[in-house]
Amino acid sequence: MVISRKSEAWKVLAVFLKNKGAVIGAIVFICLVLLALFAYFIAPYDPLAVVPQESQQPPSRAHLMGTDLLGRDILSRVIFGARLSLLIGLVSVSLGATIGTIMGLGAGYCGGRLETATMRLVDAMLAFPGILLALIVIAALGTGIRNVMIAVGVSTIPEYARLTRGSVLSAKEEVYVAAARVIGCSGFRIMFRHILPNVTAPIIVLSTLRFGIAILTASGLSFLGLGAQPPIPEWGLMVSMGRTYLGKAWWMSTFPGLAITVAVIAINLVGDGLREAFDPRLRFR
Amino acid sequence: MLKYLGRRLVELIPVLLIMSVMVFLIMYLLPGDPVMLMLEGQSITSMEQVEKIREEMGLNDPIYVQYGRFLAGAIRGDLGTSARFRRPVTEVILEQFPATLRLSIAGMSIALVVGLTIGVIAAIRRYSWVDTLVMFLSLFGVSTPIFWSGLISILFFAFRLGWLPSTGTGGWKGLILPAFTLGFAATGTIARLTRSGLIEVMSQDYITTARAKGLREFWVLSRHAMKNAMIPIVTIAGLQFGGMLSGAVITETVFSRPGIGRLMVSAILWKDFRLAQGAILLTAVSFVLVNLLVDVSYTWLDPRIRYA
Repeated sequence: MVISRKSEAWKVLAVFLKNKGAVIGAIVFICLVLLALFAYFIAPYDPLAVVPQESQQPPSRAHLMGTDLLGRDILSRVIFGARLSLLIGLVSVSLGATIGTIMGLGAGYCGGRLETATMRLVDAMLAFPGILLALIVIAALGTGIRNVMIAVGVSTIPEYARLTRGSVLSAKEEVYVAAARVIGCSGFRIMFRHILPNVTAPIIVLSTLRFGIAILTASGLSFLGLGAQPPIPEWGLMVSMGRTYLGKAWWMSTFPGLAITVAVIAINLVGDGLREAFDPRLRFR
Repeated sequence: MLKYLGRRLVELIPVLLIMSVMVFLIMYLLPGDPVMLMLEGQSITSMEQVEKIREEMGLNDPIYVQYGRFLAGAIRGDLGTSARFRRPVTEVILEQFPATLRLSIAGMSIALVVGLTIGVIAAIRRYSWVDTLVMFLSLFGVSTPIFWSGLISILFFAFRLGWLPSTGTGGWKGLILPAFTLGFAATGTIARLTRSGLIEVMSQDYITTARAKGLREFWVLSRHAMKNAMIPIVTIAGLQFGGMLSGAVITETVFSRPGIGRLMVSAILWKDFRLAQGAILLTAVSFVLVNLLVDVSYTWLDPRIRYA
């Protein structure tokens, strides 16, 4: 029985839509994307406009999330922060996924010394827990948003490499790969044209989950002073700047932190839903 | 088991070597001259002075010679001198490491005690409010940034209620909030794993047999079910401990606690690269050793796992 990719996609969507949590997560995520895209129209104030006389105002009708130390509207900064966080997540996950997938494809398909060397490197990278790998890259490259994207991207490479290599090892034994070899396809063509499309599903699921982790790591680096620098409206940086005034101006740190939590929860719900949807045991019921 | 331990240690060598290369390369990949970066803000009388410091630090030697020197020093416990503290790096980081270890152990203990307890209750009382709690805790735990949950806990328990100190110093009271913050993310994951692991184990035939023999539910759970459910939990607990070593980086900053995490970040900001290298290397090696201990613990938990 030949199952077309199009009908498979519909089946995945059908299982996804049955998951209420995933649907809620997807709606919230789409709202975030729209906020990010139309920030210039939605934000009530200029996120960088300094108004000293409105410094540290509590939440009110004029400023729904209050103002910060320099009188800047926090709601506007949170909205513009969504642009930055989503961009950082997208760039870093794309970077990690691209490099990691190529490494995994090459290691899994070619085998031998290339596979051994690649997987030892991957093991060493995985041996650095959590934020540590990103810290190494920041220590080497310096602070700033561009380097945060690279740092977070590098820290995601080993998981993609390991996942892709595992998927390739099993796909390599399939009949269609042997057939492609017999008709004279080059290794390169077999890897990218035949094997890669069949290992895309786990890569997509990992990407959604890593997207949330990328946002958390990037905001963590900015909180530590190693990422975005003032006056950029980055969520982690905003939480850090409000820290000193936590006792008397709780809104400065609370709302940006809440934004991070809501964004990551939404992305994780979508990721969980996709993982279920791509599970063949559920799709072919 | 000793033979297995020895074999695993040997297998770790290439991984540790590659890790040391990556940490070493921090200095090498820096944009600009590392000596100029270290001397930033200080008065430099001449380029000869900079060149003299470069020569003293061995930065003019070929990269493989520099790496060999770094590796030999690391094995001996000599990680160079901190530019900021003007003391051996090893001395500085060993002063701070116990505080991080205390925090990580406290966080892990909280995560295990709370996570295992509610995970067991959720498995026994499926579809109850505890089960829903586990699901939400797990989701919130992995989605909430540690620095934000730490600040919110300071806001409520220190500023509003006044029950606990806002900083992480000052005896055991100062450890509670940081440990809970650090343990929060792991609690949900451990609870969820305990729940799913126990549910699977409780459906096995030997559990039915134990019940048929008349054993009380408590003994069925503790003697038969838990031990078999522990292997995936121990794996995740080991990984979570590593996560705590790196999560301590942020927690120590939030609560202004001393520790190797905060030292690592400060070293990067001060551009004290030898100190940064030493702190990162020590944390990474600790994580690798914890995972090794986790591997070895499998033989105790499950005697069927035979290591040749």
